[in-house]
Amino acid sequence: MAVYPPQPAKEPPLTARGPIAWIRHNLLSSPYNIAFTILGLAILYWTVPPFIKWAIIDAHFAGDSKSACTGGGACWVFIKEKLDMFLFGFYPHDQLWRPKSVFAAVLALGAFAKFVPGLHRLKLTLIVLFPVFAYLMLHGGHFGLPLVETSKWGGLLLTLVIASVGIVLSFPIGILLALGRQSKLPIIKSLSVFYIEFVRGVPLITVLFMASVVLPLFFPEGVNFDKLARALIGITFFEAAYVAENIRSGFQAIPKGQYEAADALGLGYWQKMALVILPQAIKVTIPNLVGTFISLFKDTSLVMIIGLFDLLAMVNVTANDRDWLGMDTEGYVFVAFIFWIFTFSMSMYSKRLEKRLDTNNK
Amino acid sequence: MANETSTQVQETPQATHISKEDPKAVHPLGEPMIQLENVNKWYGDFHVLKNINLEVRKGEIVVVAGPSGSGKSTMIRCINRLEEYQEGSIKVKGIEVNNDVKNLKKVRANVAMVFQHFNLFPHLTILENLTLAPVWVYKKPKKEAIETAMHYLEKVNIADQANKYPNQLSGGQQQRVAIARALCKSPDIMLFDEPTSALDPEMIGEVLDVMVKLAEEGKTMITVTHEMGFARKVADRVIFMDAGQIVEENDPETFFHHPESERLQLFLKQILNH
Ligand SMILES: Nc1ncnc2c1ncn2[C@@H]1O[C@H](COP(=O)(O)OP(=O)(O)OP(=O)(O)O)[C@@H](O)[C@H]1O
Ligand SMILES: [Mg+2]
Repeated sequence: MAVYPPQPAKEPPLTARGPIAWIRHNLLSSPYNIAFTILGLAILYWTVPPFIKWAIIDAHFAGDSKSACTGGGACWVFIKEKLDMFLFGFYPHDQLWRPKSVFAAVLALGAFAKFVPGLHRLKLTLIVLFPVFAYLMLHGGHFGLPLVETSKWGGLLLTLVIASVGIVLSFPIGILLALGRQSKLPIIKSLSVFYIEFVRGVPLITVLFMASVVLPLFFPEGVNFDKLARALIGITFFEAAYVAENIRSGFQAIPKGQYEAADALGLGYWQKMALVILPQAIKVTIPNLVGTFISLFKDTSLVMIIGLFDLLAMVNVTANDRDWLGMDTEGYVFVAFIFWIFTFSMSMYSKRLEKRLDTNNK
Repeated sequence: MANETSTQVQETPQATHISKEDPKAVHPLGEPMIQLENVNKWYGDFHVLKNINLEVRKGEIVVVAGPSGSGKSTMIRCINRLEEYQEGSIKVKGIEVNNDVKNLKKVRANVAMVFQHFNLFPHLTILENLTLAPVWVYKKPKKEAIETAMHYLEKVNIADQANKYPNQLSGGQQQRVAIARALCKSPDIMLFDEPTSALDPEMIGEVLDVMVKLAEEGKTMITVTHEMGFARKVADRVIFMDAGQIVEENDPETFFHHPESERLQLFLKQILNH
């Protein structure tokens, strides 16, 4: 017989690596692929250069009125002049330091939580206290701060308030609904199923209308129930149904053995769910959850329908200004860009979170 | 550990002799720990446990064998109520295993289980797997729980892996962690459901060694396994189940070498031919 000596590992041949191989493999591997590559390049050629020309090369940045914008390019002067409206809506001008300091507090808190190690208690306390602080600051009426009605809130501020309140509140409600749907008690189970299926079968606009028209009927006459609060309740309960379905799909990924091991160790129902099942279920469902939250973030613009002025609604408002007629395009592009920044960061964050929580192949 | 005990005992030559031949002589059997009386269970119409009677005393090692689907898992899972049964009675240390939540709590505090597929919690480190129940269920101070956990991890020779995640360990290591996790609540009774049958052959030994060590320390154990070497070495009794019934019950020697029932003879022939 024979004995074979060990072979050293060699590098793959040049044709199988490097940029040329990549192009060949990914862009030119078959006639179809070549056709799509050409089509793609053509689309890019017809759209990107004209947009760059409009948005940057021919654009106007300097000046303070419409007259500064002559010729074909984008008139970013408009955005510059109306920035406060886009960011804060009709929030009184002399009070703008309040939403600004709330934004600054968010950034400071985020940086503190990320870059300062340890101090978990303090961080948690600050995070829990933050909504109270934000509400007192924005709404005022206490501590010598003049009251600013929520009907005056608008723009990015309103969008962020609705989205973050919606996300933060719908999460625990969604978890409870998902647990309810798994419950062995038939009443709780069927109530949860009915709720989830009902809400998922109804468009958000309907929910917003109902929240704005039907909700006040439950309150005694004369109680003027804040419009923003109604929208928040509607959105939260709408979103909770979707969160519940996401988490349920997470439950389905958990092997039965995990429940059994928790039972055998003596964990009670809530301990088992909170310490063993939910962390794993939420982990596998993070991409879906973030997807849900991203669509919630974009759906906030529907509150326009019930008379709230979110970021998107501000385009109409500002472009209807007699001095700035016809600036819709700039407005929409700017707003789209802002939306994109937020949704893109959310999806980046979810990728990072997924990686960090992945204990399976560290 | 095993070496330590034997050196201690060597001071009295007589005891050494006995402990080598028969570890049980050092730990005489005590009061009944588990009592199953006429237990019947159905899955729908399917009669999965038929009139099971079984008593296990303190310190006793019982091995359960039988063909697939004979109800071995179902029987031991009834003892810590992972499964419900419809007729008869099961008592653990005299406590009735039934719907009563208080009883269930006491039973689960006394009975630990090791599964075929380990069932470690993949999102927690080894150490966190071990301290979870002691801290949250049994309200031990965290420091004490960690000390206990490290003690048992050392016992199963895996203390150096304490801060890893389960999926970073081999199957044999994971199963040893699962055993350590089960031990952390100091249970009086250990249930093993085919603890080695999901393992690669070269890892079976390390897990069996740990189990033998536990057996020699006098833990009460019910083990579902087809590891006949293990059964011969430590079992006080071997039980053969078939079609939801206990068919034969004997000491290991008789069980393996002079099986009485035809079904057991056939079964032994089958597993020994493998
Ligand atoms: N949840 C269930 N519903 C219906 N039938 C079940 C269920 N669980 C188990 N069974 C059936 O009950 C019988 C006994 O199952 P059990 O798991 O106790 O067998 P086992 O002796 O442990 O077998 P194995 O050696 O394969 O583990 C099998 O026929 C199985 O198909
Ligand atoms: Mg089984």
